[in-house]
Amino acid sequence: MLEIKDLHVEVGGTGILKGLNLTINAGEVHAIMGPNGAGKSTLSYAIAGKEGYEITKGSVTFKGKNFLALECHERAGEGLFLGMQYPVEIPGVSNMNFLKTALNSIRRYKDLPEMAAVEFLKFIRSKASELKMDIEMLKRSVNVGFSGGEKKRNEMVQMAVLEPCFAVLDETDSGLDIDALRTVSEGINRFRSPENAALIITHYQRLLDYVVPDFVHILAEGKIVKTGDKDLALYLEEHGYGAIENDAA
Amino acid sequence: MVSTAETRKAVEDVSADYKYGFVTDIDTEKAPIGLSEEVIRFISAKKNEPEWMLKHRLKAYKMWLKMEEPDWSLLHYEKIDLSKTYFYSAPKSAADGPQSLEDVDPELLETYKKLGIPLKEQEMLAGVQNIAVDVVFDSVSVATTFKKTLNEKGIIFCSISEAIIDYPEMVQKYMGSVVPMHDNFYAALNNAVFTDGTFVYIPKGVRCPMELSTYFRINEQNTGQFERTLIIADEGSYVSYLEGCTAPQRDENQLHAAVVELVILDDAEIKYSTVQNWYPGDKDGKGGIYNFVTKRAACRGVNAKVSWTQVETGSAITWKYPSCILQGDGSVGEFYSVAITNNHQQADTGTKMIHIGKNTKSVIISKGISAGKAQNIYRGLVKVMSNAENARNFTQCDSLLIGDRCGAHTVPYIEVKNPSAQMEHEATTSKISEEQLFYCQQRGLNIEEAMGVVVNGFCKDVMIQLPMEFAVEAQKLLGISLEGSVG
Repeated sequence: MLEIKDLHVEVGGTGILKGLNLTINAGEVHAIMGPNGAGKSTLSYAIAGKEGYEITKGSVTFKGKNFLALECHERAGEGLFLGMQYPVEIPGVSNMNFLKTALNSIRRYKDLPEMAAVEFLKFIRSKASELKMDIEMLKRSVNVGFSGGEKKRNEMVQMAVLEPCFAVLDETDSGLDIDALRTVSEGINRFRSPENAALIITHYQRLLDYVVPDFVHILAEGKIVKTGDKDLALYLEEHGYGAIENDAA
Repeated sequence: MVSTAETRKAVEDVSADYKYGFVTDIDTEKAPIGLSEEVIRFISAKKNEPEWMLKHRLKAYKMWLKMEEPDWSLLHYEKIDLSKTYFYSAPKSAADGPQSLEDVDPELLETYKKLGIPLKEQEMLAGVQNIAVDVVFDSVSVATTFKKTLNEKGIIFCSISEAIIDYPEMVQKYMGSVVPMHDNFYAALNNAVFTDGTFVYIPKGVRCPMELSTYFRINEQNTGQFERTLIIADEGSYVSYLEGCTAPQRDENQLHAAVVELVILDDAEIKYSTVQNWYPGDKDGKGGIYNFVTKRAACRGVNAKVSWTQVETGSAITWKYPSCILQGDGSVGEFYSVAITNNHQQADTGTKMIHIGKNTKSVIISKGISAGKAQNIYRGLVKVMSNAENARNFTQCDSLLIGDRCGAHTVPYIEVKNPSAQMEHEATTSKISEEQLFYCQQRGLNIEEAMGVVVNGFCKDVMIQLPMEFAVEAQKLLGISLEGSVG
């Protein structure tokens, strides 16, 4: 589904990713771990097409298409969802309206008819109850006054509504209490299917107790330095990044 | 929400040219060029006005001659050469006074279609849409609808020209009672040369059953447009009035200097909403409408209420301060404003709240958005007179900047002469955040839609004040107005 080859990314003239390779097939869940400043968030932004993240070398292919030629919103239309580390607040825009606008933008991109208000309301209610999100929350402005956990849960609601085929979840687990962590994990596990794939960016292996990845990669200094399975995350938890970097060197 | 398929299409439609930038070819009867006593007599005669109206005009003209164009605002523009301006033009077919839509010039009707005002359809759909439209095309009202329904309630909704002839006592009593003819340079000019506008009277205890709506339109090249609107809400009555505008594309600047007077008696309420979308000039600031308007409401009665809501997206220059004179005890004045300026547009707008009566309240919510090289100025006065016990005001002025070449300025004046007054003033200035735009784009919205969503959110406190019919149009306008300001 996603194929990244020799990816080099600069931010403000500074090289962050320096030749990253990663292939993710449909049905797989990959986890990327790494120390602060390794380039984890840069990778997610580069895949999503955020402005200011300059690709100086390499390629990103998504479902056979040159992803780098597409604009940010077109990548979303192709089925990419980026669960953000810090979901932004949009004052004055209700969650409900935002979701409807986003969903219909994506449906238009896919040449599907827009969803009418009544149909949408039913649809969103069922998604919200799946993720145990209070319907009242959908009436509030996007992320405004939400707790850290509520914001992350809201990201999961958006993911469920927009129905992407590939999700990048950037530290979705950070700042969550154990209940919220469970809800978020359930969201990811429900998303898992033979057709879908996910890339989970995380600091701790805690989330991986709930969402068992097929592959775990260690990102350090702009490259993937080690790849393994769930046990790699456990090893990391025990010995720290230092041990891995020493191994790699 | 701005980003519907329809909106997207609308944005695409205007991507090259201003959507409403067309010119209708209709024979007009013009007054001689420039301004003189002779021209005023010509206008008055054309309109078969009574002698008192002509005297009123001439008096205003003599006052105006002694006045100077104000230059205290932060606006920069080339002065209009009034000696090269036509002060009167009327579509020929209208000069004979069409009695119904069938008598209206077909080309005129075509113009409305282009503007998206299917007048006939609207009349037929009256029961559904509940909008009566009194269209001002150039200077003469050519069609008035729904008079019958309104008549049954005793509501008068007609052109000001008709009112001058049919209801002279009322016009003489109230015209100029809120905005005196010597009030300012443009108001004096309006008094001398106004050609048409709207007159509304809501009788005692009557709640107007529909939104009253007027679409203004400037058409003739070099023709100043001087509307005159007078709305009177008698005791215990209520009316919601909508005013919306579009204009064709022109190279030369067009002057618009309207005067709007609202009179609100005991326990009555007027809600006045405006969506202003006149041609703002091209990307280099060429052309565009000069909009120098005087709008004022007098809450004469006890517990009278007035609410101004405006969405200002058009015009090269906007100079406009819808104001409230809170004379009656317990009267309430509200001002909700969204002003968007893009490219080279300039807007100097705000309000005046004059608290005279006891327990009077006012609310000011102003949202200014600047993009491109535009300048946006909020200028407001809250004045509490010495007898106004327990006056209250809440003011909130928020500015949003898009890009780094535009400007936002807030100029609040507060004068309090009674110690029991409570004044609150909040102001913020922020830049549209890249993070917000990225978040929206990652969820599938293109850059224009993303901008529309964030800006509509910023303006929400004002937009919710608009009647439903207007809110949708206004939301679209916000997106369209900012088109090309990012990316």
